[in-house]
Amino acid sequence: MTSADNLQAFKREGRIVIVGASLAGLRAAETLREEGFTGSLTMIGDELGEPYDRPPLSKQVLTGWVAADGTTLPRRRDVDAEWLLGVPASGLDLATNHVRLADGRDIPFDRVLISTGVRARPWFVESEAALDGVFVLRTREHAEGLQRALAAGPSRVLVIGAGFTGSEIASICRERGIEVTVAELAPAPLVGALGAMIGDVAADMQRAHGVDLRCGVKVTRLEGDAQGRFCRAHFDDGSTVDADVAVVALGGIRNTEWLRGSGLAAGVWGIACDTGCRALDLNGLVTDDVFAAGDVARCPNPVYEYRLISLEHWANAVEQAEVAAHNMVNGQADRWPHLTLPVFWSIQFGVNIKSVGVPTFADEVIVSQGSVSDHRFVAVYGYRGRVTAAVSFDNAKWLDHYRKLIETAAPFPPPCPTPDQPADTKPVPVDFPGPQLLAQGATVVVTGHDPGERRVTAAQQHHR
Amino acid sequence: MRVVVDLSRCEGYAQCAFLAPDAFRMHGEEALMYDPAPDDDQRDRVLRAAAACPVQAILVDRLEGREAPVEASRS
Repeated sequence: MTSADNLQAFKREGRIVIVGASLAGLRAAETLREEGFTGSLTMIGDELGEPYDRPPLSKQVLTGWVAADGTTLPRRRDVDAEWLLGVPASGLDLATNHVRLADGRDIPFDRVLISTGVRARPWFVESEAALDGVFVLRTREHAEGLQRALAAGPSRVLVIGAGFTGSEIASICRERGIEVTVAELAPAPLVGALGAMIGDVAADMQRAHGVDLRCGVKVTRLEGDAQGRFCRAHFDDGSTVDADVAVVALGGIRNTEWLRGSGLAAGVWGIACDTGCRALDLNGLVTDDVFAAGDVARCPNPVYEYRLISLEHWANAVEQAEVAAHNMVNGQADRWPHLTLPVFWSIQFGVNIKSVGVPTFADEVIVSQGSVSDHRFVAVYGYRGRVTAAVSFDNAKWLDHYRKLIETAAPFPPPCPTPDQPADTKPVPVDFPGPQLLAQGATVVVTGHDPGERRVTAAQQHHR
Repeated sequence: MRVVVDLSRCEGYAQCAFLAPDAFRMHGEEALMYDPAPDDDQRDRVLRAAAACPVQAILVDRLEGREAPVEASRS
C-alpha cells in the first residue's frame, strides 16, 4: 500500500482525538470535517459545556451586559464528534497511541491534536487564594463570580498585575464607578508585552480614569477577616490597601503537566512544534501523529529568526487550529506552514489597543504617526534596523500597512505614512524588563555516542 | 443566536453598530463591544450587520437546527 492509500484510508476511517475543547480545539474539529475527514473524532475537555469564547469575559461580561454563560462559540459546521467533557487528560502514551483520562479511561487514536491552552496563575498562598472575594479570571465560572462581586458594589477592588487582563478589569471597574487599586511589580502597566514607552502611556490612561495605580510594588499578603472574607492587602513597601475584592491577574500557566513522561518537548514554556504544528519530541525530532495548536503550542517563526514563540492570542489559536487540522489529513507535499504574523487586541479605558508582529522582538521603538498625548497613535518596533512589530492606539486601520512592512523586513524606522507626522520622531530604546523569548527551565541531558544512540532526556523542568 | 467577532480583523468601521445597535456597540471611538448571544428577534439585523462588515469579521452560527447539545462524559 502506498502512503497515499494509507492517507485516504486514514481520512475515511482513522481516529483523531483532540485534547482541549476550547476555541482551538473546536476550530480544528470543524476544519478536519471541512477537509473531508470522515473517521471518528473525539473531543476531550476539562470544562463542562460547549466551547465558549474567553475575550468577552473580561469585557462585556464584567460590565454586566452579557451573561457569563452567553459566550458559547458559534459553529461553522457540524463536527459530528464524541465529546468527553468534565474530565482532564492525565497522560499521553505514544508507544501505544492512547490518551489517558484522569478517571482512568484510555482513549486510542491514530493522530492527536493537543490544544489544552493555559489556566490562570493562582495566588501563590493557597489559604489566601481561598478567601472570599479573591478571584482569578479565565473561565466563565470565574467571570460569573467576579461579575457578581462587582455588582454587589464593593468599596474597592484590588487588581494584582497590570498586564492586559488586569488592565481591562481595572477599566471595567472605573466604568462601573468602582474604586480600584492596581498593583504592578514592573515600572508600568503592559510593560512586559509592549515595553516602557507604551507602559508610560498605559499608566497615564489608568491614572486619568481614576485608577490608584501603584507600580514597582509587590503584594506580599492578602488578609482575611474573621469570616474568611478578603479585607486588606499588604505591600512590600509596608503600605496596605483595604478592599472587598482582589483579582489575581498574574498571567497563565500552560497546561502541559499531563505530558510529563510522554517524550514530547513539552514544559512550562509550551509544546515545541514545527511551523506545521507537528509536535517535536524531546530529541527535537518531528513526530508524525502528534500536533499542537493554540496557547500551548510553541512554534518557530521564520520572521523572528526562527525562534520558538508561544502566543496567547485569539487569532493565533484559530489559525494554528486550521493549519494543524489541515496537516493532520494531508500528505507531506500538501502541508501548510503557519506563517501568519501575531495580531493582538485589548479594549481598555475606551481605547482600542492592537498590535501586529512581536513587540518583544525589538531593540528600539518610535512613534511613527499620530499623537501620544491624544492616545491615538502607532508605535513601531525595530530590531537591528528592520521593522518587527507595531502597536496602535485607536488607529487599527493602519496596522495592515505595518504588517506589510514587517513581512518585507522593511528598514526601521519607517517613514510616516500620513500627514500627521508626530513632532518627536526619534527612536528610543525599547527597554523590556527581561528576555521574553527564551525557554526558561528547559534543561536536558544528552546521552550516547553513536549517531544512532544519541538521545535527550529531560533533566529538570522547574518553574521560576 | 450565537455571534463572535474576530476583533483582530475588526478595524472599527462601526457599520454593525449602525445596523444592529442592540447587538453591537462602539466603546470609545474605535473599540467594538458586542453581544455574543443576541435575541433571535435580532437575527435579521445581525445578519445584515455581518454581511455589511467591510472586513468580514463577524461570524454567526451556521447551524440552524443545531446538532444535539454536547453530551457530558459519564462521571
